Amino acid sequence: MEIKLTTGSSLEIEESNYKFDARVPDGPLEKRWKNKKDQLELIAPPNRRNFRVIVVGTGLAGASAAATLGQLGYRVTVFCYQDSPRRAHSIAAQGGINAAKNYQNDNDSTWRLFYETIKGGDYRARESNVYRLAELSVNIIDQAVAQGVPFARDYAGYLDNRSFGGVRVARTFYAKGQTGQQLLLGAYQALMRQVDKGNVTIYPRHEMLDVVLIDGKARGVVVRDLVTGEIKSFAAEAVILATGGYSNVYYLSTNAKGSNATAIWRAHKKGAAFANPCFTQIHPTCIPPSGEYQSKLTLMSESLRNDGRIWVPKKKGDKRNPKEIPENERDYYLERIYPAYGNLVPRDIASRAAKRMCDAGYGVGPNGIGVYLDFSDAIKRLGKEVIEARYGNLFDMYEKITGDSPWEVPMKIYPAPHYTMGGLWVDYHLMSTIPGLFVIGEANFSDHGANRLGASALMQCLADGYFIIPNTIADYLAPMLTEKKVDTDHPEFKKSIENVKSTIDRLLSTKGKYSVDHYHRTLGKIMWDKCGMSRNAKGLSEAIEEIKGLREEYWNEVKVPGDNNELNQSLEKAMRVADFMELAELMCIDALAREESCGGHFREEFATPEGEALRNDEKFSFVSCWFWNGEVGKWAFAKEDLVFEFVKPTVRSYK
Amino acid sequence: MKISYFYSTPIGKKIVMAVTGIILFIFVLFHMLGNLIIYSGPERYNGYAEHLRKLGEPFLGENQFLWIARTVLLIALILHIHSAWAVSKTSWDARKKPYHVYSPVQLDYAARTMKIGGVIILLFVIYHLAHFTFGFSWAHPNFIKGDVYHNVVVGFSVWWVSAIYIVAQLALAMHLYHGLWSLFQTIGITANKKRDWRRNFAILFALLIAIGNISIPISVLLGIVK
Amino acid sequence: MKLKLKIWRQKNSSSPGQFVDYTVDNISPDMSFLEMLDVLNERLIEEGKDPVAFDHDCREGICGTCGMMINGVAHGPLPGTTTCQLHMRHFKDGDTIVIEPFRADTFPVIKDLIVNRNAFDRIIKAGGYISVNTGSAPEANSTRVAKSIADTAFEAAACIGCGACVAQCPNASASLFVAAKIAHLNILPHGQPERRQRTIQMINQMIEEGFGSCSNFRECEAVCPKEISVDFIAFLNKEFIKSIWK
Repeated sequence: MEIKLTTGSSLEIEESNYKFDARVPDGPLEKRWKNKKDQLELIAPPNRRNFRVIVVGTGLAGASAAATLGQLGYRVTVFCYQDSPRRAHSIAAQGGINAAKNYQNDNDSTWRLFYETIKGGDYRARESNVYRLAELSVNIIDQAVAQGVPFARDYAGYLDNRSFGGVRVARTFYAKGQTGQQLLLGAYQALMRQVDKGNVTIYPRHEMLDVVLIDGKARGVVVRDLVTGEIKSFAAEAVILATGGYSNVYYLSTNAKGSNATAIWRAHKKGAAFANPCFTQIHPTCIPPSGEYQSKLTLMSESLRNDGRIWVPKKKGDKRNPKEIPENERDYYLERIYPAYGNLVPRDIASRAAKRMCDAGYGVGPNGIGVYLDFSDAIKRLGKEVIEARYGNLFDMYEKITGDSPWEVPMKIYPAPHYTMGGLWVDYHLMSTIPGLFVIGEANFSDHGANRLGASALMQCLADGYFIIPNTIADYLAPMLTEKKVDTDHPEFKKSIENVKSTIDRLLSTKGKYSVDHYHRTLGKIMWDKCGMSRNAKGLSEAIEEIKGLREEYWNEVKVPGDNNELNQSLEKAMRVADFMELAELMCIDALAREESCGGHFREEFATPEGEALRNDEKFSFVSCWFWNGEVGKWAFAKEDLVFEFVKPTVRSYK
Repeated sequence: MKISYFYSTPIGKKIVMAVTGIILFIFVLFHMLGNLIIYSGPERYNGYAEHLRKLGEPFLGENQFLWIARTVLLIALILHIHSAWAVSKTSWDARKKPYHVYSPVQLDYAARTMKIGGVIILLFVIYHLAHFTFGFSWAHPNFIKGDVYHNVVVGFSVWWVSAIYIVAQLALAMHLYHGLWSLFQTIGITANKKRDWRRNFAILFALLIAIGNISIPISVLLGIVK
Repeated sequence: MKLKLKIWRQKNSSSPGQFVDYTVDNISPDMSFLEMLDVLNERLIEEGKDPVAFDHDCREGICGTCGMMINGVAHGPLPGTTTCQLHMRHFKDGDTIVIEPFRADTFPVIKDLIVNRNAFDRIIKAGGYISVNTGSAPEANSTRVAKSIADTAFEAAACIGCGACVAQCPNASASLFVAAKIAHLNILPHGQPERRQRTIQMINQMIEEGFGSCSNFRECEAVCPKEISVDFIAFLNKEFIKSIWK
């Protein structure tokens, strides 16, 4: 197919005839996972020691998978770039984790969790996967509680729940605003227990730089020891990637500074299909950037929108102190545009409205990027004590970062990238298009369609790691029992190490003018402006050209100080940004090719007259999959059609 | 052996330090209270000293209580010092390369000077024993065995001897100020942070013991006790 | 703002290291401390010099990666705050700021301000978990946990493992870290079966690593970004006695 750019040129995209077999079982939805498990191959406990499994990443998905595989008796090797597995970015998840326990007797069920997740994802996810996720959600809570995760409880000692955005039941389990931290520590401790038993070996401060394929199967990885710079290789019978999402392609995001796409990108370049790269989620309530030096953005729980009112001054560029702006000169734009939902419109709507206001010049704050979130009415109506109890810790956090007290002046908020629904394509077994390469957690594309619901990310990571991968990986490994084991002497490992080394050498020898961060910021700005909250053909076309140019400049002008044989944070960043530069282009191409609006992907050309997302199920009810075709810019495209047997896609309406 | 394992750990040693600290504290408290009898005159003071020797009769023979008490105190003192030395060694070893700039946030003077204060108190105890208990002539030229009142009055009438005692009592007060609070923490007794009774307890007894003890040399110097 | 920085530079674990003076200009009071270092590093890179290596990741105060001694205090002057959440408005124009790595023999310096805190992982490995195999957990609500117990367990579990307690302690003791994890797991009903062995094993590992002893200085509590109470250390001591004799 040919994609025309508004800049005049066009992209020749090869259409691959790859036939996706998602290995989804037949039968009634609620029996599918059970039936699948009954059919999966098993490996006898004493034989499991014969299988080496590599897990990359130690967030909720990686740690839970490694702990469980270790417990089952596999020989597990784990890598993480952080200094300890406990620091993976799952730790920063605040709100909670969903589970269809129906403890509140509000008529919740597996079906409802499934249905809301599919609908929330704007009908761009696979039914069978999502149903399995909803089914397993209850086991996750049992597991976490048994590990000692201190979830909030009521006065009778039972587990407490709260409600979350876009849902009509209370099914979210939480541990104050630190649910991700507590769940991760549970998984980390389970992992350390397996290390103690000798089943798992951990390599912290090691970054994966390549996956090694032998006869088309994933048989190991190449990693860089971030302390010594040594390039090492490890062989295994299967490789699991649990390396999270790629929001950092935008430079400014709520992700950790180190979060990166390198592992999945290198796997993609070795043949793994990348699915729906343009599906990114922008969270509406984040603290806006305060200057050019800004290094990351901080999310504020969206619960704030329950009592806070969002507004901007009616006059463009009004620099007055917000308290001096009289009521009739304020525009409570969400209440005005969406009278039925007001400040509680869904995330994507709220985010896009804020961007529109700021783009039109109504933004507040020193850089004009921000809108007010004002609690003064709520404080008057409910009293300071009630607000303190509900949001006290969030107010403190806001004050710590901005120096402003939300008790005195309205908060300033602005949307920020924080989650990527896209990722490596996986089948029902969570295996990518490379046999033996499994992808779990945010790194895969599987369960959230075009938009993720709040409190579902933690659920997916732990379902994948604790309950799915341990079963499906056995099915892959079982037939290999009598096969001869490969080791790192194999020429493919040597080749891979040479490739990695040559990339490093090239970056170190460029000796250009600007730092890696300079390029990362530039890339982020292009992506945010043209492939962010709302996209159009013109912007995306320009972005594709600009990224190409920037990438060229990067490889000629970047300055990476230091050597390879030492701890070199500039080099680490340089490798990650090199990959972001390529991924960014694919995101834009995918966004350009998907001529519809759905979930987090909003194409301005495809909107209702009121500005709502206009999905096109007839033409785009599929997963966009991209195969690396030898060089950047030359991807091959294939699609996995989405079949809805149990739910009927409808229009999401918020009016 | 449970007990040897217990004592081999820094936490075990800290608990031993706390428990022996309690014993030594009780001794210091009664020692101070007993010595206040000096204000009732030579007969009763010397009688108190005599009484101590006969305490426990008829179950114990003369001086037996005193020797039991001395043995317990000596063991307590040795354990207190040994545990202190051992945990200090552990801590010194834990940071051999010190900070170039270090600003404690709430560490107070008393807590910081526990080790040096302990050494000062130990040296003083040795001097004190030589001075009043054994009456070595280098320490107390006018020592009369059995006449405790005389020994005290004559001893303290030398100003610099009194000065040594007063300084030592200030050091003891500091040691108790941290020690009496800290021992509760070590043996696992906590309190409300805002109204910490342990802190009040420590202040009260540190002051009580220091004031009680210091009053004696001052009274001698001022001629109130003669 | 204009600031003078005295930063500890050390090429690797075996080199001696020394302070190097830098000046940074145009520092906005809204910058975080780490963003101020980013500005310095960007300049150093463009000047062709080696940037200052420091650990950081989430930059929102929860991952526990960042941490350095700022004017002699772990994580700097603001209580209950990690280095990444400390903002430059807490400093004055013209200030001199001394930046040193966390120091303890158990936390060897890797480079500049980066230290190795894997001793903490080894302590957790020794017993800082509840041994429940995946799949064998009973229904979550089958065990009730009093709200007060759950809340206390959470307070202890809030530890981010940054190591500021060790860094600030004059004894380089890990008591607060160990106590918080033991308290978290030992007070929950789910943690009871392994209560004694967990306590002993974690304490033994703490000793083996070479951490100092607790002198109740309470410096750890004062710098803990999560303001974890030294009451947990009192609890730890009690647990230790019980584990041996009960």
